Amino acid sequence: MIEVSGLTVRFAGITPIDDMSVTFPGGTCGLIGPNGAGKTTFFNVLSGFVKPAAGSISAFGENLLKLADYKRARWGLRRTFQTEMAIERLSVYDNVAMIHEHSGARRSSRRADVLAAIDFVGLDVSPKDKVGSLGARERRLVEVARAVVGSPRVVLLDEPAAGLPDEETAELSEVIQKIPGRFGALVVLVDHDMTLVSACCETTAVLDFGKLIASGPTAEVLRNEHVMRAYLGTEAEL
Amino acid sequence: MSSVSAFLGRGTAMRAAAAIGLLAIAIFAVPHLAGPDWITTYTSVAIYSVVALGFGILYGRVGLISLGQVALLTIGCWAGTRLAYATSLPFPVVLLLSGAITCVVGVFVGLPALRLSGLYLALVTLMFAGATTIVLSVTDFPNGGGGFTGRSAADALTTSTPPVRRPSWANGDVAYYRYTVIVCALLFLLALVHVATKPGRAWASIRESEPAALAAGVNITLYKLWAFALASFMAGIAGFLLAAQVGVPRAITFQTQDSLTLAATALIGGIFSVWGAIVAGVFNQLLPFLFQAQWGINPNFLLIIFGAGLLQVLLTAPGGLVDQVPKDLAKLGRLIFNGVRRLSRPRQEDAK
Repeated sequence: MIEVSGLTVRFAGITPIDDMSVTFPGGTCGLIGPNGAGKTTFFNVLSGFVKPAAGSISAFGENLLKLADYKRARWGLRRTFQTEMAIERLSVYDNVAMIHEHSGARRSSRRADVLAAIDFVGLDVSPKDKVGSLGARERRLVEVARAVVGSPRVVLLDEPAAGLPDEETAELSEVIQKIPGRFGALVVLVDHDMTLVSACCETTAVLDFGKLIASGPTAEVLRNEHVMRAYLGTEAEL
Repeated sequence: MSSVSAFLGRGTAMRAAAAIGLLAIAIFAVPHLAGPDWITTYTSVAIYSVVALGFGILYGRVGLISLGQVALLTIGCWAGTRLAYATSLPFPVVLLLSGAITCVVGVFVGLPALRLSGLYLALVTLMFAGATTIVLSVTDFPNGGGGFTGRSAADALTTSTPPVRRPSWANGDVAYYRYTVIVCALLFLLALVHVATKPGRAWASIRESEPAALAAGVNITLYKLWAFALASFMAGIAGFLLAAQVGVPRAITFQTQDSLTLAATALIGGIFSVWGAIVAGVFNQLLPFLFQAQWGINPNFLLIIFGAGLLQVLLTAPGGLVDQVPKDLAKLGRLIFNGVRRLSRPRQEDAK
């Protein structure tokens, strides 16, 4: 469980996150909102790249904001980025092993853990293939494998399906849905693809201009009037 | 899964066999190539390969441009020379101490890299190389005197300065060449082990994206300084190897522009592969020797050639010669093969 309370982030003059209080109970949780709503900023706060002006984040009882940025991976925080971050020059195996090495997981189980993560995401390439030689679908799966290796506790997925065709998004959706059950991790999924969010997430929170406008069971949230207005706009706003 | 692990091992085994073969050629066959006056040049090639390898690790693996690698070689050369005159420590101990001292200096040079990158880091490290040249031009290399500088003004103008000692069993030029090649091979092995294991993967991650590396739990400060420490340690050891090779090192032979030439040749050779460093060593040391001693051409012309070569590499072959030449040779082979087949086809039809 992640409990966020009163989280505020300010960048000279703008407030990308404004007094956000929300609870991600467990399983796979969606975080949606229009562009510029503050979703990625929230991920950056969790990663330690952005220091909030106020508020607290407690993840599984741990005060996350107190941990040094590079120590959060060892604690169990994993994330993907909007842009691809799998390392092209390294093999698939090395890409995943690299995360395992800094996760604090036992060295003796590295090979087995890494190969299990590659197997889990359904990558059907040789682990020694260079990531630079793979297609978009495989590279995305490598990133997911990187996000689940070495006992993750919280997995942040930032638009994992962006740019993927529908059938590949469906495949990715199945993988994401299996993460909490297999690894016991809490997944926070940011995406604009509502089919993916509906399929994966039991609960969803909605941000708009840095403010939390709704949260709760996904189906209810997606029917919420404020949410529809934030996404589609209304005559009053026009 | 077991077949996968077997596969991972096979490529490494083949590369190791190729490396051992190459090392055997370097140790046993190369000294017999050409005349005895070439042997010191071969030694220099090995030494500068190590310096180029350090540059390649910093730029090719971590993404940090350091133009001060030859300055670090100079510092290793100075420190080793000072220790060799002042103490009677065994040669390998002086070698390690030169590496250790240079490593400490290199880490300090690397500190700005925690805040700077790209052009700014290149400039700062080039300024460091310039500063080293200036300090050295004032103090010059130790020549057996006392004090910190180890330089006696009285002996400076005489030719009586005893040369920096070599290992007792590797006093001759050929034996010393072999000694140098073995030490350099060990340094290459050290670098390869780094690149293939945890630090190498952490460096690759930093090079790809620092935020992603941070999110992956990589201690960026530690691994950047580690890369500087390794490259400087290697340059320091190479420095003392060079001191004992030339015997009496002189400040005038080390110029700031050497750091730039080294960076250029390292890029031409290929910074993503350790083999590229060997090509860089050849370009850096063997070509000037060929130009000057063998062909009587002013070696400064090489700067023009290196400039053109660098342009060519940056535009068309970012992996350097070690990456491009095999590809080009394969292409040429296919071209010849197809040409021969086309030529032979009409003849077969005639026979029918």
